[in-house]
Amino acid sequence: MSNKRPVLSPGEPVLAQRTANRPAPGTWGPKALAVRLPLLLSAAALAFFVLAALVPNALAPFDPLAINPAAAFSPPGSAHLLGTDESGRDIYSRIIHGSRPSLLIGAAATAIGLGLALLLGTIAGFGGKWLDFGVGRILEVLFALPGLLLALVFIALAGPGVGTTVVAVGLTTAPGYARMIRAQIIALRTSPMVEAATVLGRSRTRILATHILPNALAPIAVLGTLGLGQAVVWAASLSFLGLGAPPPAPEWGAMLSAGRTYLALAWWMTFFPGLAIVLVAAASTVLSRALKTAGAR
Amino acid sequence: MNAAAPILRVENLDVSFGETPVVLDVSFTVNPGECLALVGESGSGKSVTARSLIGLAGPGSAVRANALEVAGVDARGVSQRAWRSIRGKRVGFILQDALTSLDPLRKIGKEIDDALRLHGSGSGAARAARVVRLLESVGLDDPVRRAGQRSGELSGGMRQRALIASAIALDPALVIADEPTTALDATIAAQVMDLLGELRAAGSGMLLISHDLAAVAKVADSIAVMQGGRIVESGPAERILGDPQHPYTRALLAAVPAGKPRFAPLSPASSTASTPRPDPPQGSQAQAGCRPVLRARALSKSFTVPGGPDFAAVKDVGFELHAGRTLGVVGESGSGKTTTARMALGLLAPDAGTVELFGEPWSQVPEAARRTRRSALGAIYQDPLSSFDPRLSAGSLLADALSFGATRNPRKHLARIHELLALVGLAAELAGRNPATLSGGQRQRLAIARALAPNPRVLICDEPVSALDVSIQAQVLDLLDDLQRRLGLSYLFISHDLSVIRHMSDEVLVMQGGAVVESGATESVFTAPAHPYTRTLLAASPGLAPRR
Repeated sequence: MSNKRPVLSPGEPVLAQRTANRPAPGTWGPKALAVRLPLLLSAAALAFFVLAALVPNALAPFDPLAINPAAAFSPPGSAHLLGTDESGRDIYSRIIHGSRPSLLIGAAATAIGLGLALLLGTIAGFGGKWLDFGVGRILEVLFALPGLLLALVFIALAGPGVGTTVVAVGLTTAPGYARMIRAQIIALRTSPMVEAATVLGRSRTRILATHILPNALAPIAVLGTLGLGQAVVWAASLSFLGLGAPPPAPEWGAMLSAGRTYLALAWWMTFFPGLAIVLVAAASTVLSRALKTAGAR
Repeated sequence: MNAAAPILRVENLDVSFGETPVVLDVSFTVNPGECLALVGESGSGKSVTARSLIGLAGPGSAVRANALEVAGVDARGVSQRAWRSIRGKRVGFILQDALTSLDPLRKIGKEIDDALRLHGSGSGAARAARVVRLLESVGLDDPVRRAGQRSGELSGGMRQRALIASAIALDPALVIADEPTTALDATIAAQVMDLLGELRAAGSGMLLISHDLAAVAKVADSIAVMQGGRIVESGPAERILGDPQHPYTRALLAAVPAGKPRFAPLSPASSTASTPRPDPPQGSQAQAGCRPVLRARALSKSFTVPGGPDFAAVKDVGFELHAGRTLGVVGESGSGKTTTARMALGLLAPDAGTVELFGEPWSQVPEAARRTRRSALGAIYQDPLSSFDPRLSAGSLLADALSFGATRNPRKHLARIHELLALVGLAAELAGRNPATLSGGQRQRLAIARALAPNPRVLICDEPVSALDVSIQAQVLDLLDDLQRRLGLSYLFISHDLSVIRHMSDEVLVMQGGAVVESGATESVFTAPAHPYTRTLLAASPGLAPRR
């Protein structure tokens, strides 16, 4: 080969760089680490809160309910890492103990929402014309009401409390998931894959169980992760309004609500519970996006 | 023909992506009024060659050449900005898939007008008149109305013509067409090829890219055959088609099914296969008098169209398929071939008429009654990948088919899975692979293996080779031939490609607009067509005869 040939178009530099920057699976050089940093931080944050939910006593230095009027409104410092509230309770310990109800409510509400959606979506997508029509109208009614309003109506009917919050948030998120599951199932129902299975002599229920549902659920799992963070925010919103866990219990939304009275005096009372909520929501968003790209590969 | 300077001169072109070279030392020239065809299978580097001529080789590519003159411009070192004034104006580029290259939300007149406006050509009214003239010149009827339509409202052939109109809007001196007819029906493809021939006659230089020698035979003045990034043979079209020297060119020519007798192997790989060729199909004639394995009587099917009259997709179609024989169904898109196949498979209930399988009712019985008999009837499709569950490996797919869905664990059926893979010529190691990582030919072989898992007697093949390169198509057709003789299978073989149908079928059914216009023994239909539509189809079917 001759060596005097000029290099012509090196291609579009930005695009080329982008593809070059994606680390190959299994590599952990400094460059790959930098690209994966958001994902690693998110995983670490969620792992911390899950650990806090599992063994709060191992992580929290104080009793979350212990009142100590002498130390009220202590700013963040060496004695109290994130400060204390109006009754001298340790904010850090309360956040740690608050992660269990928050995550539980988020996970349970997402599970209820997805479960209900799976039922409704499958009925609508696979049950034929009239069931699809019926479920579609029900979903439209649910969609017509703003989500928070729907949750408030349900709580007004069933009375406040943790259990009610879970069901209320689950109910509110279900219609969105149901629509997506229905669309997935309808797209798969008419796919060549299902046709091929029919030609091989499979029954409808077997095709639903072995081909349609597993393939429909993979994208829904991504949404579920995204929904987890959203459900935590919803649950906190309801607690903030005084409709979740009763007052002395450590719950992030309730802590926000209690702290807002003293915002000018003790910013840490609202800032740190708020930060916890933001961290969980953001981390679950980053994780769901990573799941999505992993699924697309 | 013309002593003028070449419109395209490429010397020692190399293109590589990172460390991987994809085009090596490619040289050719195209003179005004001349057409060069670049022929090779997928991955031979022909499309990358064409794209690097207009600065679109892609991100991460390195293009080197001793000379690269495109329409009088030294294209080496041209900036992306400068390329924009060359593309469209001096070089027109026609892509394979007009559906994805045209913006679905914009009117096609607007699309062409853009090309004119961006290169500063005339006032608004003058441009509008030019758009209409262009659409007329590419043979679109009612060009004023067409200019106001969007790509989704046009048929495939019309879209391809609209795309050609936009590519030639500025009278480029050079036209590059990448597989311009691959996605089109034979009669439409013939019209598009005629149109390209006219452009060349009007003085444009032309570079035509294709995987199919037959598709370019009518238009090309010279042909360059590419394999593995290199030009292995080039020369005048008559010489390449009539007296090929390189073994790869010979293989490509042999792969073209046009004019090859039934059961003659198309691929050199098949004739050297380890399996001994069994006796000629003497059994098929003997069984011809028996009861047909699959019989359709007076099938009709209409679909409701929102806001319009019902669309009759299939009208009064009847056929008989006998044991060990192949019935070919040929017709263009929209002729009702696939709807007929779906009714034969029992996936779609006919409005009128019946289908019988082995002399017993098939279309009239409920699906639950059909299910137990389904193992006798298999199907393969144009796009095998979409018919596979994306979560399953090749081995799991076969285990699923063998166990009627009870298990997907390949270990439980390992012996039979290996037997099936060997039957279709796939290595046993491929069982662990995900089908998405297999090549097009391998995927279709896997689809055939899966269809054969329940030991069917009849296979319904819906355009099984339409998405494949000619050389791969030859291997799959040879495989189907071989399986038919070894296993005594009957095929209902659907294709829009006349030469494929002619090579594969004993009897043939010609469909147009949902109805059978002609049927009979393949050779008599093809040598003495009675219906004018059959004659049109035959005339449009590309053969290997070069331009005089």
